[in-house]
Amino acid sequence: MSGMTTGFRALRLPSLTPAQRVMGLFGFWLVLAVCGPFFAPYAPGQIIDTEVFAPLSHRHWLGTDYLGRDLGSRLLYAVRYTVLICTLSTAFSCGCGILLGIATTATPAWMEQVAGRLMDGILSIPSLLCALLVIAAFGDSLLALVLTLGVIYTPGAYRTSRALALRIARMDYITVAVARGEGALFIIWREILPNMRGPLLADVGLRFIYAVLLLSNLSFLGLGVQPPLVDLGSLVRENVLGLVYGSGAVILPTIVIGVLTVGINLVLDGTSRR
Amino acid sequence: MSRAHMISVRNLDIVGHRPDGGTVPIVRDVSLEVREGQMLALIGESGSGKTTIALSLLGHVRPGCAISGGQITVAGHDVTSMTRHELRGFRGRTISYVAQNAGTAFNPALSIAQQVIEPARVHWAMTRQQAERKMIELFRALALPEPETIGARYPYQLSGGQLQRLMAAMALITDPEIVVFDEPTTALDVTTQIEVLAAFRAVLADRGITGVYVTHDLAIVAQIADHAVVLRHGQVRESGTVARILGNPQDEYTRELVAACRIPPRATPCAPMASAREDRVLDLSDVIVGYGNRTAEGLPERRILDHVSLSVPRGSTLGIIGESGCGKSTLARTISGLQPWAAGQVVFRGEALAPAVADRTREQRRRLQIVAQNADLVLNPAWRIGATIERVLTFFHGMKGAEARAEAMRLLDMVRLPHALLERYPAELSGGQKQRVNFARALAARPDLVLCDEITAALDPVVAAAILELMAELQETLGISYIFITHDLHAVRAVCDQVAVLYAGHVVEQCDSQSLTAGAHHPYTRLLVSSVPEMRAGWLADAMALRHAEGAPAAQRRADGGCQFFSRCDMRMPGQCDRGPVPVHTLPDGARIACYRSCADLAFPGGVAPAAPLHSYES
Amino acid sequence: MNARLARLVLRRIGAALCSLLFVVVAIFALTAALPGDVADMLLGQNATPDATQALRHALHLDQPLWLRFMHWCGGMLHGNAGNSLLTGRPVSEMLAPRLYNSLLLAGATTLVAVPLALVLGLACATWRDSVFDRVMTVLTLGIVSVPAFLIATVSVFVFAVQFRVVPALSDIRSIHSVGQFFLTFAMPVATLASITMAQMIRMIRACMIDVFSAPYMEMAVIKGVPPVRIMLHHALPNAIGPVANAIALSLSSLLGGVVVIETIFNYPGLAQLMVDSVMSRDVPIIQACTLLFCMTYLFLTTLADIVALASVPKGRGA
Repeated sequence: MSGMTTGFRALRLPSLTPAQRVMGLFGFWLVLAVCGPFFAPYAPGQIIDTEVFAPLSHRHWLGTDYLGRDLGSRLLYAVRYTVLICTLSTAFSCGCGILLGIATTATPAWMEQVAGRLMDGILSIPSLLCALLVIAAFGDSLLALVLTLGVIYTPGAYRTSRALALRIARMDYITVAVARGEGALFIIWREILPNMRGPLLADVGLRFIYAVLLLSNLSFLGLGVQPPLVDLGSLVRENVLGLVYGSGAVILPTIVIGVLTVGINLVLDGTSRR
Repeated sequence: MSRAHMISVRNLDIVGHRPDGGTVPIVRDVSLEVREGQMLALIGESGSGKTTIALSLLGHVRPGCAISGGQITVAGHDVTSMTRHELRGFRGRTISYVAQNAGTAFNPALSIAQQVIEPARVHWAMTRQQAERKMIELFRALALPEPETIGARYPYQLSGGQLQRLMAAMALITDPEIVVFDEPTTALDVTTQIEVLAAFRAVLADRGITGVYVTHDLAIVAQIADHAVVLRHGQVRESGTVARILGNPQDEYTRELVAACRIPPRATPCAPMASAREDRVLDLSDVIVGYGNRTAEGLPERRILDHVSLSVPRGSTLGIIGESGCGKSTLARTISGLQPWAAGQVVFRGEALAPAVADRTREQRRRLQIVAQNADLVLNPAWRIGATIERVLTFFHGMKGAEARAEAMRLLDMVRLPHALLERYPAELSGGQKQRVNFARALAARPDLVLCDEITAALDPVVAAAILELMAELQETLGISYIFITHDLHAVRAVCDQVAVLYAGHVVEQCDSQSLTAGAHHPYTRLLVSSVPEMRAGWLADAMALRHAEGAPAAQRRADGGCQFFSRCDMRMPGQCDRGPVPVHTLPDGARIACYRSCADLAFPGGVAPAAPLHSYES
Repeated sequence: MNARLARLVLRRIGAALCSLLFVVVAIFALTAALPGDVADMLLGQNATPDATQALRHALHLDQPLWLRFMHWCGGMLHGNAGNSLLTGRPVSEMLAPRLYNSLLLAGATTLVAVPLALVLGLACATWRDSVFDRVMTVLTLGIVSVPAFLIATVSVFVFAVQFRVVPALSDIRSIHSVGQFFLTFAMPVATLASITMAQMIRMIRACMIDVFSAPYMEMAVIKGVPPVRIMLHHALPNAIGPVANAIALSLSSLLGGVVVIETIFNYPGLAQLMVDSVMSRDVPIIQACTLLFCMTYLFLTTLADIVALASVPKGRGA
């Protein structure tokens, strides 16, 4: 009996830590975003067929879109833009947020006050409205999109990392390190950060999902990524007429968004529940 | 006699379910009996399953646990086979429960009265008016202040000791046959604990209630119980009458436990008060720490420490005692430079220390180390034990690689830990092991003075006793000095030479630790000393008889000078003690007492101390 | 109401006003930063230096920034949000009917979502880890982690295209009967409600599990208090504050959802107007719409905080 269970266990996937699972899944999407378009059979803007909303076929595996372009190729480019824009904006928001969040636990009180007020202010504008406002002002270039998404999710990262850092800073091992005379950088980098890794990773994952959702919504509204570039949201938007025919051109990008966000969220949910 | 046994537990097994579907035994094959009118003590350390057994008497198991075998009969009911509905009628009516932490067991959203009379109301035992009358009567019996109106308050407005007594009133309101007490005084200060214990005892004796009292403190067992069961790892180690178990323990573990509670006062004579400056390693004079607005003199308005003066003789141990909130921990933070002082001076090895740690020299920081309270928070969970210790060696002594590793091993030897621990993470260590590593880290700096802040508070008695032994040993071999902050007077007598008594941020007395029970003392010192439970039957009655009428604890500090202890003092002189600066008497042996009374007045009234010290000290 | 609570409430309102000030400044600063001169844009090819100058003067564009800000704030206070750049009509006149429509949609959604979410969230917490709870967890997690338009398009596809039970577009001018009213509203409200509810259920579940695991709840069981009384008497008073906060926070996802839903269903509401205005860079309308949305959001979160304060005896200072 016990032999059977151990044999069974050996068949299962090697057990990964939650952090490895999140990183693994995210790594897969990143590789797909970077390398995917090299395997695209057609250029994204090339009209290859007179038949629009063509079904799956040998010539174009995933059918064609509303102009008769190859859907598979466009989808690969769409994944590239969605994932890369959101990765960059998440890097921006979490970079700024975490840095500020941890730094303000060690700097004079007024800096924390200023940062806190600023973050509260940004938080008091619902995220989609904030994005609309910024895009109205600065246009919808890729850089503007990355920065907009980045700024919108900075307060969240700031609050989470600050709360985490404050909790750890109260621990006795920090007290001992301070009494020993360790520098602020050593304390932040060696004593505090290693203990924040798990929860922080979960938070970064969550912000990435939020960014994907917001970007997709914006593009769907026609305010995000603009043609000729394409992301998952705009792919749905331009093919929305295909809905009536049940075309893959509108259903497939929807599924890809779902797999991307729900997948990461499920892994994160699994980590937080242990 | 159909009810010879009010409680009878036979071969009880309780298991916990692990997330992976497996089970872990929590309670194994436990049998016990309690006769009507008796009080049974369940004794054990944390993790011994004592609370789990106590709750199972009410038919309650925590989520994730289940009774997997055995029988529980309480007051003629077979608890394990009762339906939910039957259990509801049984709990709070036939048997009731007093929880360990009344601060969280009371619902913060409801008034005290609503919660206290609730058991009577949900069991339709009496009308609201009857219940309220009964409640006030119980409040009075439990010596609660303002029994008529205290019920209208909310939990956050009351102190821990009051809440614990209110919880007892809630348990007693339905006149249950059995009351289960789950460590009801563990979270309280000794001076409060004695009052709560006395109140419990009076009420229980009055009503002939059968009880189960869960605790880890043998001294309390001696006061309150007739029979006892000693538990370890969910199994019964020994059971019998309290007198037999405490007086003549048979089981090896019980013997250890009894020995740990009887820490003998130190055998070596205490180091005398050092009069010469060079003989002292640390000197605090008139240190003030506080917050809030500055007064006209530029001092903080609200003070945590007020004019604190202390001295630590070289190579000896100064104990600092006082109840929670008296400023003990702030004192430790102040000395180590984590909380700068507003006024005063701290001299360490003849050099004046800067208030902030950043302004002190590396040498000063090295020679003054801190060992913090909670072993679970004190080691960085992301670092291996080896890295934790070697960091200190690198930081202060520039040691690296093999040299540091060898030194770390030597330090582990010193604190009696195996070398294999160097590669482990703190989460893999027991509480006692963590506290030893904590010590090793402080020793790695090769300090002159180690500040020990409540280092035994979170440990089980047997483990704590071993740590105290280690401290004394290290002092002998290394000649280091300690400041030992604690609320445990037994520990003070075991390791300290001198002791300073802190009350509301003031040092009311500094004296020799072995003379605490004799000679002239501050009234607060006497209150504190007489409140520490002793492991002999009848101590509670004696101690209460010795007590004089004590006022209600001071709600707030007095701003206009005068003695902080005024409102609680049994020797207060209104019109004199509540104004002006408090005079400080210096006794012939160097002890200092801050009190308006003369030294003659302050000598132990009646001349007899509750317990004689092992050796007399010539003054 | 007593002095302590009043002080706390006033402080909270003060904080909300601070946030409002930030929002107002941010809205103005961002729209003032618009590249290109609005006057040039308006006049297009007809621009002569004189005409541009006159228009700039009329729009106060020749004044310094702070003066324009004061002017704009003053106008807002009087309900005068300027004229649309596109149509030239007063913004308030354009907004009023849209606001009514949006409130109708949001109100109907709240009416459906809040009670349902309360019941379902409570049920999840009560029967934690049961099959029901697991199904709800996966379902709500799925909904919160896909974009709002996805749910909307899928439901249009299923109900309007495949089964043809409801119209795909909302034309609220063609409503002539109660039945039509419900049919027209069914799709947008159902979609919006499912998005909002998913968020709420997750938060309410977490709050309630927090309350249920408190020691005083175990104490109530040990006292022999019946389950219904435990729920109403012991859990509820402690849950009001956190749950109010959870609901207010979820309503922000409702605001985001409104924007998408109105566009998809072609619902003539405020959000649709705002999206159109962002595309056409109609600044006064963007300003007014954003301000309206932000004020609603701030009002709701502040209200929730005050409810939370007043629901605990410590806050009441009882």
